[in-house]
Amino acid sequence: MIRKTFEHEIQQVKDDVLTLGSMVEQAIVGSVEALKKRDIKSSEAIIAADKEINKRRFAIEGQLMILIATQQPMAHDLRLLASTMEIISELERMGDYAKGIANINVRMGEETLLKPLIDIPRMAEKGRDMLHRSLTAFVNEDVELAKSIPVEDDEVDALYNQIYRELMTFVIQDPKTMERANWLLWVAHNLERVADRVTNICERTVFIATGELGDIKDSDDEFWRK
Amino acid sequence: MQLESPQYNAIETRDLSIFYGEFEAVKNVNLKIEKGKITAIIGPSGCGKSTLLRAFNRMNDFVPSCHVQGEILLHGVNLYSKDIDPVEVRRKIGMVFQRPNPFPKSIYENIAWGARINGYKGNLDELVEQSLRGAALWDEVKDKLKQSAYALSGGQQQRLCIARAIAVQPEIILMDEPASALDPIATLRIEELMQELKKNYTILIVTHNMQQAARVSDYTAMMMLYPETRSGTVIEFNDTKKIFTRPSDKRTEDYVTGRFG
Repeated sequence: MIRKTFEHEIQQVKDDVLTLGSMVEQAIVGSVEALKKRDIKSSEAIIAADKEINKRRFAIEGQLMILIATQQPMAHDLRLLASTMEIISELERMGDYAKGIANINVRMGEETLLKPLIDIPRMAEKGRDMLHRSLTAFVNEDVELAKSIPVEDDEVDALYNQIYRELMTFVIQDPKTMERANWLLWVAHNLERVADRVTNICERTVFIATGELGDIKDSDDEFWRK
Repeated sequence: MQLESPQYNAIETRDLSIFYGEFEAVKNVNLKIEKGKITAIIGPSGCGKSTLLRAFNRMNDFVPSCHVQGEILLHGVNLYSKDIDPVEVRRKIGMVFQRPNPFPKSIYENIAWGARINGYKGNLDELVEQSLRGAALWDEVKDKLKQSAYALSGGQQQRLCIARAIAVQPEIILMDEPASALDPIATLRIEELMQELKKNYTILIVTHNMQQAARVSDYTAMMMLYPETRSGTVIEFNDTKKIFTRPSDKRTEDYVTGRFG
């Protein structure tokens, strides 16, 4: 016997998570793109769109609640629904990081960028790519893929370190750059957090498929080790 | 395959097979049931759950064609040894059935009767009160002990049957779908009661209601039929939490998620 209705609704939830994920991907890359171009209108649009992300997240949460209440999921189904609850909350937070970056651009006003952005867009693209693949792993319950992504967080951390050091040299040379350096550091920090949350999605994916819940990678605190 | 719960065992089966005539209804079950815990037996219809449960207190003896191979050990003694009195077995291992089956007597007599027949020397009033309290029924019936048990609701009747079972101070209580004829509220009361009962008794319960097994039991035994022979056996015996969150057998997974078959 196949639980057709239930299967269908699970598929629907997965589709909705993918939609939410692509909205977040767009917000991450878009927020950095807007900053790079100092395009305040785009940033304002991203801030507005974050409301839509939050709304979607609550809608999915409602669907999940109804499925848990009406279908009484067990074993794999239970792990899937409970983990999806976790994953949509990770996505919403990633959306908040993008909104944070958009807010920085708005707050910078007429101020120019301290330096042309090179590594920050790289971080954003890397984070977006990791997020995209983590959601592919999630919908397909692909354990191999899910386990392969968190190690890439090291690349993001390395970029973050590089940005941090670079910005510090600016500040040391000319303390008046402090505020502008701080803005960019804040942006980089948000992007670093995005990658960390991708790791959480990967861990949940492994849990859904295998029932094993734990860290895939030892530590995400590369930054503090150096 | 050795299936066991980790702690001290209340009762265990060794290579237990149960036959109806030539037909092997239950095949080769090895279970160690932990003392003071609730163990649920789940599985699809016709897989031998009730047959296995009834073997524990030799209720199957009433079915003429039924016989067993292997052993069921209580304190190391095989309950199917020639010198064992099945009546004594049923005193140590009580049973509660799917439909409440009180005697057509007063509430009081439902409990006192068996004790009196067994030559109970203590104070019957105390025994009745103690048993009704133990079954969480005392407060509801203390003012109408002389009334017929049939005047009680289904849920109360079932708790009366539990009180009757514990009046003889068994070690183990077998429950065969004890709540399937009850409404949801009465069901929850029985489930709450089971949590109280396990402080003093070991409970084995057969249930079709998987949520109930998940809610009440500490350990769960999953039974299935061998497709070729139609014999039932235990395919997975584990911590209940594990059975319902990450079972190790694919067939258990399919059954608990409702995708069996």
